[in-house]
Amino acid sequence: MTNHLPKVDVVLVGFGWTGAIYAEKLTAAGMEVLALERGPWRDTPKDFATTFAQDELRYYWRHGMFQETSQSTVTFRNNGAQTALPMRHWGSFLPGNGVGGSGVHWNGQTYRFLPSDFVAKSHNAERYGPLPEDMTIQDYGVTYEELEPHFDYFEKICGICGTAGNLRGDIQKGGNPFEGPRSDEYPNPPMEMTFSQDRFEAAAREMGLNPFPVPSANMSRAYVNPLGLQLAPCTYCGFCEKYGCGNYSKSSPQTTIIPVLMQRPNFTLRTDSEVLSVEKSADGTRTTGVTYVDTSGERFFQPAEVVVLCAYPLENTRLMLLSEIGTPYDPQTGEGVVGKNYCYQVMSGARVFFDEEYTNGFVGAGALGMAVDEYNGDNFDHSGLGFIGGGYIACYTTNARPIESHPVPDGVPGWGSEWKQSVRANFLKTTTVGVHGASMAHRSNYLDLDPTYTDRHGRPLLRMTYDFTLNDRRLTAHITPVAEEIARGMGGREVNVAERKGSYDSMPYQTTHNTGGTIMGNDPQTSVCNRYCQSWDLHNLFVAGAGLFPQNAGYNPTGTVAALAYWTVAAIIDQYMADPGSLVQA
Amino acid sequence: MSFPTRRKILKSLLLGGSAMAAPSAVFGALYGRGEGMPWEPMKGQPPYYGTQEDNFFTVEERATTAVICARLIPSDEDGPGATEADVISFLDRQMAGFYGRGQHWYMEGPFAEGTATQGYQSEHPPAQLYRYALAELDNYCRDRHDAAFAGLSEAQQDEILKGMDEEEITFEGVSAKAFFDLILKNTIEGYFADPIYGGNRDMVAWQYVRFPGTRYDYRDFVKHNGARIDLPPVSLMGRPGWNSPE
Repeated sequence: MTNHLPKVDVVLVGFGWTGAIYAEKLTAAGMEVLALERGPWRDTPKDFATTFAQDELRYYWRHGMFQETSQSTVTFRNNGAQTALPMRHWGSFLPGNGVGGSGVHWNGQTYRFLPSDFVAKSHNAERYGPLPEDMTIQDYGVTYEELEPHFDYFEKICGICGTAGNLRGDIQKGGNPFEGPRSDEYPNPPMEMTFSQDRFEAAAREMGLNPFPVPSANMSRAYVNPLGLQLAPCTYCGFCEKYGCGNYSKSSPQTTIIPVLMQRPNFTLRTDSEVLSVEKSADGTRTTGVTYVDTSGERFFQPAEVVVLCAYPLENTRLMLLSEIGTPYDPQTGEGVVGKNYCYQVMSGARVFFDEEYTNGFVGAGALGMAVDEYNGDNFDHSGLGFIGGGYIACYTTNARPIESHPVPDGVPGWGSEWKQSVRANFLKTTTVGVHGASMAHRSNYLDLDPTYTDRHGRPLLRMTYDFTLNDRRLTAHITPVAEEIARGMGGREVNVAERKGSYDSMPYQTTHNTGGTIMGNDPQTSVCNRYCQSWDLHNLFVAGAGLFPQNAGYNPTGTVAALAYWTVAAIIDQYMADPGSLVQA
Repeated sequence: MSFPTRRKILKSLLLGGSAMAAPSAVFGALYGRGEGMPWEPMKGQPPYYGTQEDNFFTVEERATTAVICARLIPSDEDGPGATEADVISFLDRQMAGFYGRGQHWYMEGPFAEGTATQGYQSEHPPAQLYRYALAELDNYCRDRHDAAFAGLSEAQQDEILKGMDEEEITFEGVSAKAFFDLILKNTIEGYFADPIYGGNRDMVAWQYVRFPGTRYDYRDFVKHNGARIDLPPVSLMGRPGWNSPE
């Protein structure tokens, strides 16, 4: 039996970064908002206290704050000829769970995508001629210029620490000269760098590159954000990604938005409540609300004027497929849209081992780094290279957590005395120059429902069919040697290169940047949502998150995810509520 | 129906007695509605660490496993190994707990071998995989060397572990490679995890590699400029000088 609940104006499915952003803006505009979160309540004093937050085994290796695969997982295969099997525990990526979502345990590297990233198809086709037929990239439908005020606002909410590179068209010394024009400076100065970044910066300058501080959501000083919430200076404790911050030093929904939201009488949050499906009206033109189940197993129908999918991209895609909204993507015909253009990130790097100097990686923070952008996006001429896109090259010092990080040089065995002694000798004397490569969409990489495996509610799991593409391989082969050259200029004893070779492996951790599946665009034949992140099929259904990206850029996604959320919520308040209907005529 | 408010839920739990109050996630909980940030006493989330009483291994299994760990991270003139770090106690507690049971893992069938990129596909949760593989390992050793694994020379033990790692040795009914990969991963976990979990006893592994542990504030050291930083390690339990006289 399903209990019918009283109607609300807006129901949010999932309560991480985008849920908090939507809720804050919509309640400020006077709407009655309900957020439904599958996981538990989480907050700093109860869940990330400094007396137990820095627990590597619990939070990383036992997945203390992540979605449990026993609740729901993904099946995976490299290509359509294989049988997908469930990821029985997480590996290459770590979906979040609970209030704050992945915004609790991110590193805080907060970039803006390049202006050309939002028009990747038209820009590259114009500059380099027709793209390969199987490369299914698209324009976003929204431009950098339109998103700029929203990037700016999110940076102020978070108190991002950095150096502007392009202030209203004027290139600024010490910033990223390739970034799109900014309307304002970063709200806080960059973090103080350590030895490894100093060496990276000198080596990059020597090569004629323009190193800049990574925009960081770990605070360089005390800060009060536009909502009046306070962040404290980061203490460089080395426990950011995979951990909650006990010091109110990392921007998260908990530290920057939720306390204000919880004061508002028109906001309600239900935790431990998992949405099973988005319901449609009889004529199939609107959603009527969502059906969810709480942990007692009881089912509820929650009616709403507007539904917003704010879960992780993989779950948003699955919910649309399970709810039969939009046409599922078919890789054989190339038709259909839901599940299309699943993309990831192409990571590689060069590790430096020092003899005399100590890198002391335990003095670290999630977004403590210096980067160069000469090889990102279309910042360099791709003529004759056979690929498009690029990636930033950066030297971070995020941690020396010893279960995760105990590198040894190439040629040392993986266990035994020689390994152990090499771990000791190198543990505090190594750093990495990493390439954060873009991932262009390909016809054969996609998401659909698994025919065999189901979750605890008996619903099909999401099936991921994914492998690195020719574009990825050429991209990483071109840029990794640049990272190696920088690494060799840093004065170490030896440099080991970790190339991205072979098929995508679902187990070694790479990054939690899963994108696509609910992509946005200008044409209902090729996208799930229009340029306002509004479903082409149900006009009162909106989608948030990196699932909107038609392809992934060579940056961390959170800044762009947040800017898209602020852009959409502004459209809902300013346009949709006055005149509900499709904001774009198909 | 009307919204069951959080207060009503709490009230019903209290009326139901303390036995009912324990599982806090009986229902979806309700927050907000202008009530501010929730805070209640005794609602922190301290770690599950296991206790001395949490045992999984039989005496024989424990002995064999300890020998494997000692070969993976040996004790030598350079410093402590899995033995000094008491990794075996860590493993015993882990196997007895939710991890050993695979309680948080997706363990629904059908099971298939899978490709190298599809990860762990054993139908056995970790503790069972250990149990079956340890038995197979001893069978293998008795067949070829007339002794159980623990009775072989260190050189022989290393040879066999290498064979499992490189998939030259296979077992009946259970994957030797899956077991090898898992026990290596778990041994490294036990060696380097916070001592609250039973391994890394007295922080010997952290002292060995000079990891200062779960310290909270390194701001004074950001400008180390490549110099060595000497700080004694701190665990979530504190450190010896704090908890008891040195």
